[in-house]
Amino acid sequence: MTSQVAPTFLPFRVRGGVWWLLVALLVAVMVVSLSTGNYQVPVNHVVGILASSWWPVDVTWTPVEARVVELIRLPRVLIAALVGASLALAGAALQGALRNPLVGPQIVGVSSGAALGGVLALFLALGTAAVIGSAFVFGALAMLIAYSMARVSGNSSPLTLVLAGIVVSAFCSALVSLLTYLANPEDSLPTIVYWLMGSFATASFEKVWVVGGVLLLAGVPLLLMRFRINVLSLGDEEAQSLGIPVERTRWVVLALCTALVAASVSVSGVVDWVGLVIPHFARLLLGPDHRKVLPASVLMGAAYMVVIDTLARSLTSAEIPLGVLTAIVGAPIFAWLLRQSSRRGALHD
Amino acid sequence: MIEATDLGFRHHARSPWVFQHHSLSLLKGEVGAIIGPNGRGKTTLLKAILGLIKPQQGRVSFAGLPAYVPQGTDTSFPYRVRDLVVMGRARTLGLFASPGRADYQLADEAMARVGIEALASRRLTELSGGQRQLVLIARALASQCDILVLDEPTSALDYHNQNRVLAVLEQARNDGVTVLFTTHSPQHALAIADRVLLMFGPNEYQFGACDDVLTDQQMARLYNIDIRTLPFEHNGQSHRAVVPVFGGMA
Repeated sequence: MTSQVAPTFLPFRVRGGVWWLLVALLVAVMVVSLSTGNYQVPVNHVVGILASSWWPVDVTWTPVEARVVELIRLPRVLIAALVGASLALAGAALQGALRNPLVGPQIVGVSSGAALGGVLALFLALGTAAVIGSAFVFGALAMLIAYSMARVSGNSSPLTLVLAGIVVSAFCSALVSLLTYLANPEDSLPTIVYWLMGSFATASFEKVWVVGGVLLLAGVPLLLMRFRINVLSLGDEEAQSLGIPVERTRWVVLALCTALVAASVSVSGVVDWVGLVIPHFARLLLGPDHRKVLPASVLMGAAYMVVIDTLARSLTSAEIPLGVLTAIVGAPIFAWLLRQSSRRGALHD
Repeated sequence: MIEATDLGFRHHARSPWVFQHHSLSLLKGEVGAIIGPNGRGKTTLLKAILGLIKPQQGRVSFAGLPAYVPQGTDTSFPYRVRDLVVMGRARTLGLFASPGRADYQLADEAMARVGIEALASRRLTELSGGQRQLVLIARALASQCDILVLDEPTSALDYHNQNRVLAVLEQARNDGVTVLFTTHSPQHALAIADRVLLMFGPNEYQFGACDDVLTDQQMARLYNIDIRTLPFEHNGQSHRAVVPVFGGMA
C-alpha cells in the first residue's frame, strides 16, 4: 500500500508506529501484571525471571518470587491475554461478517451454548477436561442451531442470523438457570456461579495450550481472511456481485469465531463485553478497515483482558468475578466509544 | 457480449411473473439501456441477467467478465475510496489473500479512468452522490470486466454529474466494454445507447435500436403521459430532446 492511512485517533502520521505501540503496550501490561498482586514482585525481578529461561542472568530475586511469577502468575496472565485476543478477534470478525457493529461473540449463540455446556459438566461434577470439552461442543452446537434456523433455502441473511442467535442464547440461558436452580447448594452451585461469572483463577499451562492452540488454528486463518471480511461487510448482494461465495465465506468466518469463543468460555467462563468493546476501540484508532481492525483487536483485546484480570485479583482482597468487571468497565467505555465514533464518523455518518 | 434469452422471474411459485419471455442481446462494445416505469422490474431484470437472483425461465450467456454497479452502497463501515475500489479485485483473490501491489495498481488505474484519483483517501461517507457513483463504477472497472451492468447510475444526480457518468460509460464503451444500464431518463439512452429495451408489462417489451424504439408513441405508452421528441442541432449534429408534457392530470 502506497498511501498509508494515518490513524484517526492521533493528530500526527505514524507509519507502522501504531503497531509497535500496541505490541509494546501489551508487553508492558503483561510485565506489570506479573509483578502485581498480594505478593509484590519488583518489575526488574519479573524481567530477570522471564529472561533467565533463555539467557544467563544474575539471580537477584528470591526463589519464592520466581515461583510466584512463573508458576502462579504466568499461566494466568497468558490465559488472560489469549482469551482477550480470541474474544476481541471473534467480535471484530463477526461485526464485519454480519455487517453489524453492534454484535458481539455472544450474539450468534456461541457464548450461551458454551456456558450451558460448561454448567452441565459442572452440574454432573465431571472433571476440568470435561468442562472444557463440553463447553466447546455445546458452543459449536448452539451456533449450528442458530445458523440452520437462519438458513432459508440455502441462504442466511445477517439479520436473521443475529435474531436466531438471540433466540438460541435465550434458550441456552434458560437451561443454565434451570441447572443452577437444581444444583446442590453445598458443592456444585458455588462452582457453577463462579464459573459463569468468569475467572482465570484456575489458570494452568494445560489451559494455556488449549486457548493458544485454538487461537493459532482458528485465529490465524481468520486474520488472513481480513480482506474477505471487508468485502462481506458490504452486504450479501454486493459481495456476491464482486465474485465471492458469500454463504461459504460467512460460514467459514462463523466456524472460526465459534472455535475461538468456545475455547475462551471453556477455560474462563463467560466474559462478556470484550468482543464488543475492543473492535470499536480498534476502529476509533485505525479506521473501519478490517485489515487493520482484526490484528489491532488481537493486541488490544489481549492487553485489555490482562488489565482487567489484574484489577480483578488485586483491587480487593477477594477476587472480583471477571464478567462483573468487564461489564462495569466495558459498558461505560462502550457508551463513550459510541459517541466518539459517531462524532468521528468511524462508525456511521 | 451479453445474450439473454426468454428470461422469466417471479418471487414465489404462486406469485405473478415480474417479467416473462424477455430477451436482449448486446454485442461487444455496445451500450444497452433498460427503460420502464417504477416497479416494473428493471432492477430485477438486471439482477436476473447477472445471476444475482435465479430466473425460473430462460438463460443468459456472457462473453467476458461482467461487473455490477449497484444503485448505491450502504456500508456500516465507511472505508476509504481506494480500499473500496480495490475490492473490485475480490474475484481474483483467494479466501486467505489480500490485495497486493498489482491489485492496487489496477484500482489506481480504474480511479484514473473515471477521474477520481483525488478522492483516493477520502471516506465514502464524505462524498457526494455523484462521487459515490463514480467510486462504484471505478470498483467495477478495477475487476477488469468486459461487461459493465449498472442499476440507475444517473438517478439522483445533477446535470453535471449525469453528464460525467455518461461520459465515463461512453469511455468504457470506447475501450471495448459492453455496457448495460437501467434509467428513468430516455434522454440518457438517446445520448449513449445503441440498443434500448422498453418494459411495458410482465409479458410485453420492445427491444431494438435506440432510434427505432424510443418513439413518441412508445414512450407515451410506457409512461402513460404525452411525450414529444423535438429535433435540434448542436455542434453541427442533429439530436432529439425528449420532452414530457406535464400537467393536465387534475
